[in-house]
Amino acid sequence: MKSDITDIEEEIISEFEIFGDDWEGKYEHLIDLGRTLPLINEKCKIEENIIKGCQSRVWLNSELKDGKIYFTADADAIITKGMVALMIRVLSGQTAKEIIDTKLEFIDKIGFKEHLSPTRANGLVSMINRMKLDAIKLSEK
Amino acid sequence: MIDVEKIRKEFPILNRQVNKSSLVYFDNGATTQKPRGVINGIVKYYSEQNANIHRGVHTLSREATELYEKARKAVSDFINANDSEIIFTSGTTDSINIVANGLNFPTGSEIIVSQMEHHSNILPWQLSCERNNGKLRVIPINQDGTLQVDRLKELVNDKTRVLALTHVSNTLGVINPVKEIIKEVKKINPNILILIDGAQSVPHMKIDVKDLDCDFFVFSGHKIYAPTGTGVLFIKENVLGKLQMSKTGGGTIKSVTFEKTEYVDGPMRFEAGTPNIEGVLGMADAINFINSLGIKEIAAHEHELLCYAQTMLNGISELEIYANHLNKASVISFNVKNQHPFDVGTLLDKYGIAVRTGHHCTQPLMQFYGIQGTIRASFALYNTKEEIDYFIEKLKKAITMLN
Repeated sequence: MKSDITDIEEEIISEFEIFGDDWEGKYEHLIDLGRTLPLINEKCKIEENIIKGCQSRVWLNSELKDGKIYFTADADAIITKGMVALMIRVLSGQTAKEIIDTKLEFIDKIGFKEHLSPTRANGLVSMINRMKLDAIKLSEK
Repeated sequence: MIDVEKIRKEFPILNRQVNKSSLVYFDNGATTQKPRGVINGIVKYYSEQNANIHRGVHTLSREATELYEKARKAVSDFINANDSEIIFTSGTTDSINIVANGLNFPTGSEIIVSQMEHHSNILPWQLSCERNNGKLRVIPINQDGTLQVDRLKELVNDKTRVLALTHVSNTLGVINPVKEIIKEVKKINPNILILIDGAQSVPHMKIDVKDLDCDFFVFSGHKIYAPTGTGVLFIKENVLGKLQMSKTGGGTIKSVTFEKTEYVDGPMRFEAGTPNIEGVLGMADAINFINSLGIKEIAAHEHELLCYAQTMLNGISELEIYANHLNKASVISFNVKNQHPFDVGTLLDKYGIAVRTGHHCTQPLMQFYGIQGTIRASFALYNTKEEIDYFIEKLKKAITMLN
């Protein structure tokens, strides 16, 4: 049984808290998270699953299993991939309702709010929207 | 030599802190920062001089008109044109669109561009080809980013109507031998109209349109320390009549009736509507600023920065440098092997360093190199070797973090 979104968010916040103002430490950790993101099935790296940012590309695959939504993803930029890994940790394995309702406030709290700015060229905002949309679509099936 | 420390004091934004570090601004190819003279000029315009131009008999309107026409003179002197050959536009993109939309060709006509063009010097011509059932032909480049000039002989023929070529590549900084090319092309077919995209050359070298002998020369104000939304379209005097207006309106006419309108002869027929007056005045201020320092002195300083930075970058083994030679404006495009430019750019930004990453609106050039994008550092007159040292240090740090 996966813990609920708030618990995972708290866990991530405390994981990043130890770095304090040390942004380099935070980014190194984020990059590590990107490296450890489980590989997406190559078959899922199809055109429909691409979320095009201006510069870095993200692939997202969504599946419904036993009433929960499961995400796998990949990105061609490692920092983006780290952010993707965090999203997946929080959202994958949750119910559609939980996914739709969450505001992902932890991103601001760990100091990565800039990655969600609309001018940011990494496609992350589009990815979150897509995760929520996929959750709605899959749960309605 | 220019006194860089003194010059830096003229640019208020250079005092800014970005992510708790002093700003190092290496994105001058995208836009340059503005000196105090330009910024104050805008304030002065709206505080003391604002009126619509070419319209009123009142004092303010007359004064604003005089300033605006004085700016036209400053621009024409700057590139050695006549005043009547200068059209103010909103930028390079606008200038190219005015030309591409204003020329009609018989079916089967050909337009030549190059592999290294900015999208703004491809797309208007692509549309023009679609409209006129024409064909876009492309001058190929070598691996070092230089143009395959010898291929022009096979590309130019009696169906060729336009050659639209960049003077300096925005992505690579490579300088094209446009004067020789123009001469060569006109020799093969003197009727070909030649447009030179000077967006990236004007900031870095003396431009003489008479010496170049091009038909159109276009550039942006904001890349030469002037406000955004300003641009120039130079049209050679005897070519002006060949260009149709693609937009019209106030300020373009001699007389209007519902049956027929008579348009003015000069450049103003292409300046419909109230223009960006304060921007154009700002462009004159920016040109005065450049002239006060001397474009040759500026170019020498920038070339020194280019040589210094490129030498330092060549010392980092993890890098792939594109157009790794020095026949360039002060632009260096590179990648960290096995790393996405976005990641490198993100980390450099955390250190307060502004570089551009991505395809730089030159996707065909990225396709040539088989890459998604590059990291581009582009230097201007206010940059220093100390900034380059800091950039190199932080770039190495970023590489360590990513590897």
